[in-house]
Amino acid sequence: MLIKTHRSGFTDPVSSDITPQGIYQQRRDLIRLMAGGAAGTALAGWAGREALAQGVAKPGKLAALPGAKSGVPGAMTMEKVTDYKDVTTYNNFYEFGTDKSDPAKNAHTLVTRPWTVAVEGLVKQPKTYAIEDLIRLSAQEERIYRLRCVEGWSMVIPWVGYSLAEFIKKVEPLGNAKYVEFITLVDPKTMPFVGSRVLDWPYVEALRMDEAMHPLTLLTFGMYGEVLPNQLGAPVRLVVPWKYGFKSGKSIVKIRFTDKEPRTAWNKAAPNEYGFYSNVNPGVDHPRWSQATERRIGEDGLFAKKRKTLMFNGYEAQVGQLYAGMDLKKNY
Amino acid sequence: MSAAFNKGLMHPAAKPLVFTTALLPFAWLFYGALTDNLGANPAEHLIRATGDWTLRFLCIVLAVTPLRVISGTPALARFRRMLGLFTYFYVVIHLLSYSWFDMGFDVPEIIKDIIKRPFILVGFSAFLLLTPLAATSFNAAIKKMGARRWQMLHKLVYLIAGLGLLHFFWMRSGKNDFAEVAVYAAILAVLLGWRLRQYLKKKRLQPTSFGREKLSK
Repeated sequence: MLIKTHRSGFTDPVSSDITPQGIYQQRRDLIRLMAGGAAGTALAGWAGREALAQGVAKPGKLAALPGAKSGVPGAMTMEKVTDYKDVTTYNNFYEFGTDKSDPAKNAHTLVTRPWTVAVEGLVKQPKTYAIEDLIRLSAQEERIYRLRCVEGWSMVIPWVGYSLAEFIKKVEPLGNAKYVEFITLVDPKTMPFVGSRVLDWPYVEALRMDEAMHPLTLLTFGMYGEVLPNQLGAPVRLVVPWKYGFKSGKSIVKIRFTDKEPRTAWNKAAPNEYGFYSNVNPGVDHPRWSQATERRIGEDGLFAKKRKTLMFNGYEAQVGQLYAGMDLKKNY
Repeated sequence: MSAAFNKGLMHPAAKPLVFTTALLPFAWLFYGALTDNLGANPAEHLIRATGDWTLRFLCIVLAVTPLRVISGTPALARFRRMLGLFTYFYVVIHLLSYSWFDMGFDVPEIIKDIIKRPFILVGFSAFLLLTPLAATSFNAAIKKMGARRWQMLHKLVYLIAGLGLLHFFWMRSGKNDFAEVAVYAAILAVLLGWRLRQYLKKKRLQPTSFGREKLSK
């Protein structure tokens, strides 16, 4: 029989099998445009389809951690938030592997409870905080920051946390404390790559005291309204939005106040490539590549031109004065 | 067994089969790009994957002769040219992906980038050196050049392999991550080491004829 009826075995397709009109229309447009030699614009639009489908909704994967919208100047960029899937599958967290897809695959072994953060060095009260107490220490805020990786890509992420300054005020550093050092977890049992010699473990990062006290510097416990996924540095990490991403240590276990500039992980590995400051700066190239442009993950399609990187990642109005009079070419 | 293998390689379907198989990585990447399935950074994925496949095909094509001699399957030689051309195919896609998706075909920017990043310069040199090899991959070229000169030109592939490996090593050195580089280095070392041994063996077998020829001149 040429024409099938229900009786001869024909069943209607379920609605999920039917390609929505919008999508097949786009496919057709794509094919048409490719035929016309305009594949570039077509694929950019294709990637844009993803943009329409998303909002800053909770992904529903982990425990909720709500935060009130932050009132700190510069803390709420209006730019489109990056897809949760992209943010959680494209990470640099070398303790779990050097490929950017490794942390999402391997970080499930990380044990985030119980977790403590020790406060040491030049403080009135050296003390060890349980993560639960640390979370309750100040009101959680949602902050939508741009993240610019030193490798030349960027994302927009809605973090949840509070200003590190709130914490620093509580622990009362001594007058001679000039730097804050962040020491992150090194656990060979749960972190498969700390046996490798890629970096000198544990991963250590640090800020100057005024940088650490800046309200934009975020002690971070969550993102997208939920607690941090392991591959993003659960249960507590730092986010310093005007510096390259590697300055924001993940899975912090110790915070130390010192009077000398600490040696940081990447600075130790390649001092001529990664300076102590590592502020986002389109005018100072990495020795091996340009920092003038960046690719926004999930947004700038295959054929789109990369976007211009902004001074201090666009936070110049807020943080520029911290570096007044400094030669940023020397202090890269 | 080797005879049966040899016979299988002579089958008329063998060449189309190898051709199709060699095209699969490209088809897979192309499909991934169209369906937006190349992860968070599709441009980076395309550039890296095509680079990986170039290195893999380089290893495969360099394995043809050792395999042919060791296993005694002369029919393997039928596939060498095609595999060599696929190496070139993947390096062209690699270079195109970089120039297009990373640099937006901005030629002054590309030149600046090549100068700034020595590892790209090394990779680019390897591509340039591979071009005459690909361009002389037809019988008329061999005839015109003469087998001897053609063979000499195609010995360049050893240098190209070294440059390709250096390109990869240098790229990975940013992350101090050499595990994968070591695998390719080991494979290439075996393949080139075998050739060196063959060469030395041959030299030992007929050391005088070469010397006499020199003397008589």
